[in-house]
Amino acid sequence: MMITSCCRRALLGVSLGVLATLSALPANADQITFVSQGGAYQKAQTVAILDPSAKKLGITINQDSIPDAWPAIKSQVASGKPTWDVVDVPTGYCLRGGEQGLLEKLDFSKLPNAAAMPEAYRSPYSVAYEFYSSVLAYSQKKFAAGAAPNSWADFWDVKKFPGRRALRNHPIATLEAALMADGVAPDKLYPLDVDRAFKKLEEIKPNITVWWTSGAQSAQLLNDGEVDMVMAWNGRVSALTKEGAKVAFTYNQGILQSTSLCILKDAPNLATAVRFLNEAVDPVHQANLPLLIDYGPANPKAFDTGVIKPERVAQLPSAPENAAKQALMSYAWWSSPAGEAAEKRWIGFMQK
Amino acid sequence: MSSPVQDLSVLHQRREQRLMLALALPALLVILLLVVLPVGWLAWQSVYHNGFTLENYRRIWSEDIYWRSFALTFEISLLVTLLALLLGYPIAYAASVAPKRWGIIILALVVLPFWTSVLVRAYAWLALLQRTGVINQLLLQLGVIDEPLALVHNTFGTVVATLHILLPFMVLPLYATMQQIPRDLMQAGASLGAGPMLTFWRIFLPLSLPGVLAGCTLVFVLTLGFYITPELLGGGRTIMISMLVSRNVELYDQWGAASAVGVVLLVAVGAIFFAVSRFIPLDRVLGQK
Repeated sequence: MMITSCCRRALLGVSLGVLATLSALPANADQITFVSQGGAYQKAQTVAILDPSAKKLGITINQDSIPDAWPAIKSQVASGKPTWDVVDVPTGYCLRGGEQGLLEKLDFSKLPNAAAMPEAYRSPYSVAYEFYSSVLAYSQKKFAAGAAPNSWADFWDVKKFPGRRALRNHPIATLEAALMADGVAPDKLYPLDVDRAFKKLEEIKPNITVWWTSGAQSAQLLNDGEVDMVMAWNGRVSALTKEGAKVAFTYNQGILQSTSLCILKDAPNLATAVRFLNEAVDPVHQANLPLLIDYGPANPKAFDTGVIKPERVAQLPSAPENAAKQALMSYAWWSSPAGEAAEKRWIGFMQK
Repeated sequence: MSSPVQDLSVLHQRREQRLMLALALPALLVILLLVVLPVGWLAWQSVYHNGFTLENYRRIWSEDIYWRSFALTFEISLLVTLLALLLGYPIAYAASVAPKRWGIIILALVVLPFWTSVLVRAYAWLALLQRTGVINQLLLQLGVIDEPLALVHNTFGTVVATLHILLPFMVLPLYATMQQIPRDLMQAGASLGAGPMLTFWRIFLPLSLPGVLAGCTLVFVLTLGFYITPELLGGGRTIMISMLVSRNVELYDQWGAASAVGVVLLVAVGAIFFAVSRFIPLDRVLGQK
């Protein structure tokens, strides 16, 4: 009696253990945890990129979302046992994370899709995932077609274009705009002349009604008529247009920005994560994204797939014709010591 | 020299004290766990990062952005406290002297906004105060103004919304104190020939001071740490100290850079209360022995 009961228990334990191993092993081998910023943006990715990639690679993609992944990346890697594999974050974080040893260095020989992308869209630790743009947007009630501001010099010209203005309460893209207003060509911005940029900003400061902090706020200000022109993200302005608001924007002198994919150091499913990274920038998946949301594909080959109709191409920030009018943000400069110093200087400028 | 009866009462008193301590123990533990430990941990982080360092404090000392924000934060806190007192005192007074049903209605109106989140109330103020907002549109239509007033995206908007959110913290302690003031005292004053103004001035007001002090302390301290209203309604220019805390987490990638700001604020507030307590006998005002 005693023996049976003890053996039965042991047997049960063994079989449970085997079961656990059996069920855990294969699942672990081909699943990853992918993290993005949530909302409509992550839903669009799920349809355009994540689900098709999972199907093609035969893997499971577990999703998580967080508005600001940076602190979590730091603490996960510091713990030595990260739970995330691939993250989609503003490109600057990928560069900073690479410098601080928080990310896996990428072997581009295993990433043919990424290797075929322009070098400016990659770093040793990351691949651009999608593009958005900081553009000059304005109210069409205030400015008639043909008489609307079309450059940062116009934005700074309060005599020719009277009206209330808003800029982002952040130096990134704002310093670039100030330098373009001062006559620097979009492709000659970096390294930024920070002193010159702040001097130019001092000039417009008395005419800035609001320094906005969130994308939603920038759209609200324009929509409610609180301001007549604003630097805003293209997706926020086009969302207003779709709702019928009398607003418009120009890609001329826009600042082209991106989020990138990178892999956490010692990610639990490293090999699968690398396979996914390559698949995520596949031209066809990439071409499907802008059909669902106002962001441009990071892989320029997406425009050769024929998936995106010409009318739609014309609206996208990274379309070759639009990209040519804009400045490509240098995240490398912003994560350099000079860039960090410029970021620290911002709040002092705001207080005065 | 002590009689047995006295001994017994002392014994009783001690036993009661021990019982009270035991009853308070869970609450004290919670405070230790949720307040003392985290604050201590943050203070530790502010001086320890790969070794002992005063870098975080040197930065606060040497960069004037911190001084400017500290000064602005204290200015706004004082202003909000003063305005809350001016607005809150009559409300609490009305609630305490009005017939019971009206008192309850007044208090309900004060407490009602508590049911909506701070964020929602901040946005509501935006809808009221902005250029195309209710107030400006009304004034424009009445012909009082020709151009919309700049009521928000500045310090004014921040102060108005903060005041609205914190007003109950002034009214409730005031009301609680005023409720306890015996009405006979006012009648006694009147019977001795004092008019309503004089009875209020000489009797009611001094007796309500503990409530004034409690309300002012609450509102002042809460305003010091406000984040949402200056962030949403300050237009980017009203940079209070809490915003520097969040900026430092972002910019310096370590808690210490942010918690040092918190520690300085804590010490500053402690110093102010210490200084105030030397001029105002706090324990007497607060109604202790």
